[in-house]
Amino acid sequence: MKIAIASGKGGTGKTTLATNLATYLSEFSKVVLCDIDVEEPNSGLFIEGNLEYREAVYKMIPNWNEDECSFCGNCHKVCNFHAVIRIGTDIMIFPELCHSCYACSELCPTESLPMVKKRIGELVHYKSNGLDFVESRLDIGEEQAVPLISQTINFIKNNFDDNMIQLFDSPPGTSCPVIEATKDVDFVILVTEPTPFGLNDLRLAVETMKMLHKNYGVVLNRYGIGNDDVIRYCEAENIPLIALINNSRDIALAYSAGKLIFQELPEFKKQLMNIRSYIIEILMDN
Amino acid sequence: MKEIVVVSGKGGTGKTSITASFAVLGGKDIIVADCDVDAADMHLLLEPNYEISEEFHSGELAYINQNNCIQCGKCYDVCRFTAIEVTNGRHTVNALNCEGCGYCARVCPSDAIINKPQKVGQCFTSIIKTGSIMVHAKLGIGADNSGKLVAKVKNEAKEIANDELKEYILVDGSPGVGCPVVSSLSGADFVVLVTEPSVSGIHDLMRVYELVERFNIKTGCIINKFDINQGITNEIMDFLESKNIVHLKSIPYNEVFTEAMLLGKTIVELDNDPVKFQIMETWIKIKKTLKYL
Amino acid sequence: MNLAFTAKGTTWDSNMDTRFGRTEYLLIYNDISKELSSYDNRESANYAHGAGPKTAQNLFELKADALITGNGPGGNAAAVMEKTGIDIYIGAGAKTVKEAYEAFQKGELIKV
Repeated sequence: MKIAIASGKGGTGKTTLATNLATYLSEFSKVVLCDIDVEEPNSGLFIEGNLEYREAVYKMIPNWNEDECSFCGNCHKVCNFHAVIRIGTDIMIFPELCHSCYACSELCPTESLPMVKKRIGELVHYKSNGLDFVESRLDIGEEQAVPLISQTINFIKNNFDDNMIQLFDSPPGTSCPVIEATKDVDFVILVTEPTPFGLNDLRLAVETMKMLHKNYGVVLNRYGIGNDDVIRYCEAENIPLIALINNSRDIALAYSAGKLIFQELPEFKKQLMNIRSYIIEILMDN
Repeated sequence: MKEIVVVSGKGGTGKTSITASFAVLGGKDIIVADCDVDAADMHLLLEPNYEISEEFHSGELAYINQNNCIQCGKCYDVCRFTAIEVTNGRHTVNALNCEGCGYCARVCPSDAIINKPQKVGQCFTSIIKTGSIMVHAKLGIGADNSGKLVAKVKNEAKEIANDELKEYILVDGSPGVGCPVVSSLSGADFVVLVTEPSVSGIHDLMRVYELVERFNIKTGCIINKFDINQGITNEIMDFLESKNIVHLKSIPYNEVFTEAMLLGKTIVELDNDPVKFQIMETWIKIKKTLKYL
Repeated sequence: MNLAFTAKGTTWDSNMDTRFGRTEYLLIYNDISKELSSYDNRESANYAHGAGPKTAQNLFELKADALITGNGPGGNAAAVMEKTGIDIYIGAGAKTVKEAYEAFQKGELIKV
């Protein structure tokens, strides 16, 4: 079963929930936690384990071979992203603009633009007790998160059993990276907080999930600050409220130090138990 | 005219609350640009009137005209994004997967595929409660947050600031380290980093600064909730010193951020709150630093 | 010599466009024939990415020798401009094309 943990806005407690929930669930069954918030992957700061595997992740870009080139200009004409530019008898390629569509390469009459690998980030796999942890990290200066996210999801597909619980710590927001991260999951947990910003961003996240026809529920973090508008919104929209995590300075302190908290705070553990029962219920329904 | 961009890498550090406070303090000297287009929140604090609204298009999506399609499958063969779906011979485009590269249309022998401009969102120009102007946007769900909408918001703000001879452009930057934040940073005169002393806060601060460093822009930093973890606050201070980043302010953990938000106000509009004065001091310090650039 | 301007219109009285990649028009002034011609660059507004490099390529194909503009090209566009060998003069953003040309003649613009 694949579950994404997402949020409209950043900083709502997505990573806290993902790491604690993954560790808690791994006490019962095999779990893989996968951090695909590749621009700012943070789950690894909370998980200690042994490095199993590490690989560079690439995307494909054209590489100009001037020997055969007839300077016909077809390559720059077919590139919708302006990643290929012709200046006289010089062809310039801008790797960060390239979407790896292969059009310039395959439509080149002299085969002067073979596709080659270009590093965009790195994937690591750690193991700790019953928990597998996979994280991908975009290299600074690379602008496209989506190819790295999709290759990371493929890594999980190819290396882990579909029947085990797979948790995905997703990027925040409502644009391409989130779509890529959530489009193939069975369930999405939206984490939010009871503030006007939290509600505004939750609405956007809900719209996204509706568009993707996803099954989703809400975990309300920092409950006690702010107001009850998020709860009222969920009730009015018939969105399941799976857990309420109380606002607590203890949680903030433990989080700041990179510690898991459920072992120390029974109240928090109870909320994880609620989420677990909810997940089991969905599994039974399927 | 000077352009100030506020970024944080990580969400939830108080970036938007602080930026909105600066917007109120700067009043009519400032044109505000909300470039956090993915999860724009400044409008909740600054009461924009949505005076001008403009649809925003970016990139293209393939569309297959079934009347012309001869079901040869060439489009399916060349697409690297599994965006062409075939059901009972009928070829259609999955809009979520289509990158708009146009390759399919180029190889289609029957001219059945056209590229349509994609609507990605709306861009607004508003009068806000300070009487000044804010440029902001709403990104369509699942749209390619290409940075182009961010660039559009910024350029629009720049032109207004130029026309009206304003002193500052204040930009609420995008999160992360990808394309949108690159667009937010380009052309800036001063970057304000808002961080918090947590393992993820400092991790993201260093990551986003690696990006800022490439632009070679003078930078200052606000440590919010500094008392939550004094150890990491010290680490952040060391980092700032090693990188020659101006330490602008350390603000203690305070729920006034939420209280102000509930009232639809910025912190500096509250009566006599200590954080209010700290933010005012920070703004003065930023203005001073800018003078010497 | 062909002088290029980034402009918001097609005449000497048009305002300069401060942007490079997404400039609305490229005006070309040939100081021998004294002719001012224009290239419509408005398509660049629809480019999601890479407007800068593309506009630089357009300039090269228009056979410009020098560019007079506002902020100047950044990043990728600057790399293409370097290849083209076109000189770049910035600081003419808040002017009309005519004023920008006069400022260029007086040597008031900054050469990048």
